Amino acid sequence: MSLSSKASLQVGPDGKLKHLLTTEGLPAELVRHILDTADQFVSVSERDVKKVPLLRGKSIFNVFFENSTRTRTTFEIAAKRLSADVINLNVGASSTTKGETLLDTVWNLQAMDADMFIVRHSQSGAPHLIARHVKPGVAVINAGDGRHAHPTQGLLDMYTIRHYKKDFTGLTVAIVGDVLHSRVARSQIHALKTLGVPDLRVIGPRTLVPAQVERLGVRVFDDMVAGLKDCDVVIMLRLQSERMNGALLPSAGEFFKCYGLNAEKLAHAKPDAIVMHPGPMNRGVEIDSAVADGRQSVILPQVTFGIAVRMAVMSMLGSAQ
Amino acid sequence: MSRRGREPPAGMRIEIKGARLVDPASNRDRPGSLFIADGKIAALDKAPDGFRADEVIDATGLVACPGLVDLAARLREPGFEYKATLESEMRAAVAGGVTTLACPPDTDPPLDEPGLVEMLTRRAASLNAAHVHPVGALTVGLKGERLAEMAELTEAGCVGFSQGQASLPDTRTLLNALRYAATLGYTVWLRPEDASLAAGGVAHTGEVSTRLGLPSIPTIAETVAIRTLLELMAATGARVHLERVSSAAGVALVTQAKSQGVPLTCDVSVHHLHLCDRDIGEFDSNCRLAPPLREPGDRDALRRAAAQGAIDAICSDHAPVDDDSKQVPFGEAEPGATAIELLLPLTLQWGRESGLKLAETLAAVTHRPARILGVPGGTLTAGSAADVCLFDPERPWVVRREVLASQGKNTPFLGLELTGRAVRTLVGGRTVHELR
Repeated sequence: MSLSSKASLQVGPDGKLKHLLTTEGLPAELVRHILDTADQFVSVSERDVKKVPLLRGKSIFNVFFENSTRTRTTFEIAAKRLSADVINLNVGASSTTKGETLLDTVWNLQAMDADMFIVRHSQSGAPHLIARHVKPGVAVINAGDGRHAHPTQGLLDMYTIRHYKKDFTGLTVAIVGDVLHSRVARSQIHALKTLGVPDLRVIGPRTLVPAQVERLGVRVFDDMVAGLKDCDVVIMLRLQSERMNGALLPSAGEFFKCYGLNAEKLAHAKPDAIVMHPGPMNRGVEIDSAVADGRQSVILPQVTFGIAVRMAVMSMLGSAQ
Repeated sequence: MSRRGREPPAGMRIEIKGARLVDPASNRDRPGSLFIADGKIAALDKAPDGFRADEVIDATGLVACPGLVDLAARLREPGFEYKATLESEMRAAVAGGVTTLACPPDTDPPLDEPGLVEMLTRRAASLNAAHVHPVGALTVGLKGERLAEMAELTEAGCVGFSQGQASLPDTRTLLNALRYAATLGYTVWLRPEDASLAAGGVAHTGEVSTRLGLPSIPTIAETVAIRTLLELMAATGARVHLERVSSAAGVALVTQAKSQGVPLTCDVSVHHLHLCDRDIGEFDSNCRLAPPLREPGDRDALRRAAAQGAIDAICSDHAPVDDDSKQVPFGEAEPGATAIELLLPLTLQWGRESGLKLAETLAAVTHRPARILGVPGGTLTAGSAADVCLFDPERPWVVRREVLASQGKNTPFLGLELTGRAVRTLVGGRTVHELR
């Protein structure tokens, strides 16, 4: 028996973006459209007056049930450059600890006439739940939910790769490290597959590679050197220190020895390979400083492009209403 | 419409005529009449001498079968009245054609004291609906530390002992619990799931949990537990009923053990015969179940094993949950689905799709679970209680919140059309449900 077909929450029947919840299932044209729109905003950020009036009068609520100064700030900057009013709420510390349900919190904020919610939550699927319950015309952007998705990060990574490599259809891309717990990795994998990357690899110890990840269209490598061979793009993931507690890894030192990126290992990738990292980096755990600061690193441009990509997504959602 | 409390006059005689009479226990399936006197089945086909019906029920076009026997239906009392009440769930049971049910001990407090069990059975009996057989707590508070008073609980009416939805005790405590239960000849009902392998998981470990980024429960959580239990059964001689087998590998172990003569029975939840992890879709919390929905191949293996009889019974695993506990992110949602009213149509659908005869299909929800419970019922044999389900096998109906008598509206089947519905339910010859 198959249950009633579940229409996409994030793309309307007209093909327009209603919410941005995940990169999975986003049509390739829509992804390209986001990246093209971001192109225009990169130039805005290079101007003296870094502001356009596209979202003037709109109220955008940053609702972070899980703390993250950096991601919240990038959304805030993006919204302000679009002339929106931004309200930052660190809900993790207030409502939910008082027993208010997630939906109550959202309904309360909606009653303050929010036009858009930027949501981060420790539970996978929380932004879907919110998107299902907001009023029509109110948009939800997932700023990271559990291990599930971080679509704006995934898209800014696509922007970065396109900027340096132009075409996706001939690329070999490796994602290295803690894929199991990484929402960034999942968002990258879906977007890279959508854009036609033919050789997508995942490298890590089997304790940190999720079950049946091959079914998402990736090849799994236990050995980093083998996995990096002839790569055009190397994406390092952040390793959180609590992974040592759950018996997933013996130590940060041993992880670095086997799966940390240093110049020697990077030499197995193509000479013009780029090195990416979603930040914040743990130098000496997943990446050596010489590589992080080296000529192949595009980690800081990722941050710059991130503002433009978030502006693109917000402007598309804001004007779709 | 329920007619609770309507006492039939002593010696009330009822004739049910025109029905297709199906009694799985005797492999009977042909039209005939059913004669009821003094709350019991008096005869089939031919009226006993001198029988004069006080009421004749015209059941033309309907199937008359034994009232359904459900091995797991949560009534939520005591302690969870905000999710459901005895009144609402007993109404739901008979609306679904269920006349006998076992309720798991995972109430609040759990059914670990004779007084609680007596109160529950007395309250349930006063509602004049389905027969309720509590399954007592195996350990005090379901904490897996101290043994509950099994002899006292049995005297109070418990038919077996279980951990409900709580984790299995550690292996040493489990060994002692089985050894003790074996001493007194009690059956232990256990959901095979290794606690440490399942810890924190909310979905089956596989492609879907990987895509959705959900902490997961691997199939080996089930197979490791089954292998451990088989060892413990061999060591103790205890009788074990395995609840809610969920995987192809798990059911293969059960089948193998049974072929070697291990005194093992097992059941499956009706959800697992129809759904798999793909149905979670975009985080549908109504598909958050325990054990988790597994892969299409697991579902298909469970369907086959149930059809071949390697799985003894199909149960609803009924778990009414309030909206507040479901309208939360998937991983925070309380597991379970309301299902007692869907048991019949979903079982019928499985039987049709498996090419089973109606009597074979209904065996999984009548006399086979009754045998596991160790109570009479589940059959239309002359002399047994007149617990009868009259259902229309062709009747389509759509699962909507307002048509469910259960207080829980949490089912993955909301909005779907099912075929087959109980039209009238009799318990002890008394009509306890009649569909408007």
